[in-house]
Amino acid sequence: MHGFANPARFLRLARWLTPLCLLPGIAIAAVALAYGLIWAPADRLMGDTVRILFLHVPAAWLGMAGWMTIAGASVTELVWRHPLAAIAARAAAVPGAVFTALCLATGSIWGRPTWGTWWVWDGRLTSMLVLLFLYFGYIALSDVARRDGGNGRVAAIFGIVGAINVPIINRSVVWWNSLHQPPSITMGKSAIDAAFLWPLLAAAFGFTLIFAGVVLMRMRAILAEAQAEARLRRKAFAADEAAEAFGGFA
Amino acid sequence: MREAFDQWNFVIAAYAVGVIGTALMIAWAWLTMRRAEQRRDESRKR
Repeated sequence: MHGFANPARFLRLARWLTPLCLLPGIAIAAVALAYGLIWAPADRLMGDTVRILFLHVPAAWLGMAGWMTIAGASVTELVWRHPLAAIAARAAAVPGAVFTALCLATGSIWGRPTWGTWWVWDGRLTSMLVLLFLYFGYIALSDVARRDGGNGRVAAIFGIVGAINVPIINRSVVWWNSLHQPPSITMGKSAIDAAFLWPLLAAAFGFTLIFAGVVLMRMRAILAEAQAEARLRRKAFAADEAAEAFGGFA
Repeated sequence: MREAFDQWNFVIAAYAVGVIGTALMIAWAWLTMRRAEQRRDESRKR
């Protein structure tokens, strides 16, 4: 893993990997969503609204996976001092927040015709909303650390502590009474018919590739900004030194 | 009284929100990356 600690080596790999994640991701997600919208059968109980599943579930999965990426990268940053770990954590924050917001929005739209309400303050919905607020807090903390030239340790600790919310989201429908259905896909078995399951897994895979592509683009942007800033700072410092030297001769 | 919903309105709304949100995120990430890399390349030339 430390082989990629060199930003130049990482950038070479990222330039190659970004389109490799993004383009197949967009294609797979588009096909899965088209299947969901056009060819998937209507559900016996939920009718046509079941088609929202193909967007809602990948968004929920990536909202939680985004925070686990932040937590994993934060542990790597604090324990192994990997120079790219903080950048990876920062890069995962905005796409994670976007997918969490999309999960909440599509879930709310799905809730109105099936539950008769846009929102309920139950365990699943509330813990997902808390995840969105955690993302906002992490983005603000890491931005402050970057602007003030700090090392981002507070943001990393926040990223690790915030991960406690992910198992709470996952188990919320088991622990508390909820309008939200219990888990349909668990390790080794599924309560979903194959007509929904395989396209759903394809959509989740496609959106995961999109997420990876966006994280790589964010990492490239953050690295390029840091490199440009460092170079400009070095030049300004050299100009100051030169001015001082001339001032000394005058 | 039971409300009558056209389920397709909700399906289309959810797909619009999801697809437009994802497309905006990809476009924003790509544009900020291009701008940052151009700024870095310009700082090399100066």
